[in-house]
Amino acid sequence: MTILQVVISGLLLGAVYALFSAGLTLIWGMMDVINFAHGEFVMVGMYVAFLIVTWAHGGPLVFGPAAAILLFLMGVGVYFSLIRQVIRGPMIAQILSTFGLALLLRYLAFWLFTANFKTLPESLIPGTLDIGGIYIGMPQLVAGVAALILTVAMHLMLTRTAIGSQLLAVAEDRQAAMLMGIRPDRMQAFAWGLSAAGAGIAGALIATFYYIVPTVGESLALTAFVVVALGGFGSVPGALIAGLIIGVIQSLSAYVFGPVYKDVAVYALFVVILWVRPQGLLGRA
Amino acid sequence: MTTTPRTRVIAATVVLAALVAFPWVFTNAFYQRMGAELLLAAIGASAWNIVGGYAGQVSVGHAMFFGTGAYAPLLVYTHWQWVPVAGIPLGIIVSLAIAVVIGLPSFRLRGHYFSMATIAAAELIRIVVSNWPFVGAAIGMMGPPVPRTWLDLSFRSSVPYYYIFLAVLTGLLWLTFLLERGRSGYYCRAIKSGERAARSLGVPVQHYKLYALLLSAAFTSLAGSLYALMVGFVDPESGFGILASVEMIITAALGGVGTLSGPLLGAVILVPLKTATNSLFGGGGSGLTYILYGGIILVLARFAPGGLLELWQRLTATRRRSAAKAPYAA
Repeated sequence: MTILQVVISGLLLGAVYALFSAGLTLIWGMMDVINFAHGEFVMVGMYVAFLIVTWAHGGPLVFGPAAAILLFLMGVGVYFSLIRQVIRGPMIAQILSTFGLALLLRYLAFWLFTANFKTLPESLIPGTLDIGGIYIGMPQLVAGVAALILTVAMHLMLTRTAIGSQLLAVAEDRQAAMLMGIRPDRMQAFAWGLSAAGAGIAGALIATFYYIVPTVGESLALTAFVVVALGGFGSVPGALIAGLIIGVIQSLSAYVFGPVYKDVAVYALFVVILWVRPQGLLGRA
Repeated sequence: MTTTPRTRVIAATVVLAALVAFPWVFTNAFYQRMGAELLLAAIGASAWNIVGGYAGQVSVGHAMFFGTGAYAPLLVYTHWQWVPVAGIPLGIIVSLAIAVVIGLPSFRLRGHYFSMATIAAAELIRIVVSNWPFVGAAIGMMGPPVPRTWLDLSFRSSVPYYYIFLAVLTGLLWLTFLLERGRSGYYCRAIKSGERAARSLGVPVQHYKLYALLLSAAFTSLAGSLYALMVGFVDPESGFGILASVEMIITAALGGVGTLSGPLLGAVILVPLKTATNSLFGGGGSGLTYILYGGIILVLARFAPGGLLELWQRLTATRRRSAAKAPYAA
């Protein structure tokens, strides 16, 4: 019974991992760029939730959309002010630009909010679900289900709508897309906005039950790297499956080896993926 | 290069003479200590520069080699009472092994993959070390509290460390200079400017990327050992923390990645800057220092990815061009 409970909580957390990793993999697939500040986007989403709850007493229905809109704007802003220029530069500029952004955001948060752990009140999403002896906290359930719906929605938007087709067209061949009357710059800015918004909502969702601290972005970003590597670069369905797998591996290893080793298992898996299947589960070689 | 070999030799001699004279000019212990830290930062950045700059493979997890090097001397001292220096080769061997495990598979993949793999590996090692009692877990390890013999290399003054670091830095830069001029230098530049093109011209790309990483890892490990010898203490955060990697990257990137003198120039600017911000804002100032670091890295990547050296060359080149144009205008 305990094992089942561990697996379910892993799946719920994994769905949130899938949501913010989907944005990371979208950017990678489109532009061959890894956003090292992606974990910091999640962190900013968490603090948005924290500030709205403490200052405005807003609930999840307020801070979820607020984090999404704010982070969308931030993503677009980062694209136009930074990424659009460095993408034409040497690879070191691409890596260092988002790496520098990550440091800047992390230590700005450190300066503004100090290193103290913050949590949101449990009364925000109260209750525990009891299904035949398996207890699931409502915050985790709400976050997991919402993240699952949003990740699927992102996939459907990319594959079933006109704007999604335009986005993928730019990813496939920028030149050809331009000849078809698509503006690649706008599409790439939209992808950055979408990616950041996903990270922002994911942050707001896990803020209801996760500790909030400026350095949380680092381990979340690394988790997202492993999800993206396992799922295959550029694949949103891959990120979904891989996110769920990573969530389960993490909570199982926390249960078996102790909580401090939950990340060790995931990062070790990354090294294994690197050796065994670098193209990921659903990726092409 | 716009400079002739002779001006390079003269410049190198002047810089070396200035560095040798530094502790005699600044007899204040505070400045001597800062000088030693500056040279150490330059060693770390120059070591990172071999793989990150010359071979163009951007590692963001070099702390794994630095930390390994830092732990090894203190480990052999704590457990077997050896002289700490005896741990240096151990650190280098372990670092080389880690480099092979991470480098071999990720070099077959696209560029950013290596960066992701290095940062994940560094974090992995940091967490394991933080929870492993044999290496002191979260508390870390100490060196000899008082020197038993001179072989412990435990000095009260910073000056002996200063000259040891200067010797290591000179050796490292000399080696880098030889490699830069030789075949491996051409290979690395070819890999950096276009991997596929380099491969089609017969450059053994994987081999040279790995050679660069191994050399870089060995010297980063040595830098870590020297750090541990001077400070006499290391914990998981100072050895394996991401900020240890950041220091190397920003120092090299500020001066100029893939250049011989860039890392030293970066250290000359950054170490006094860091000392100043730390003494200005006190212990809590480290947060502000890293806001500044993040901003510097960001602005460099956006406006001057080649660092200050390239920026300077660009500026002087435009001046020269406008000077050359002047007669026609007149």
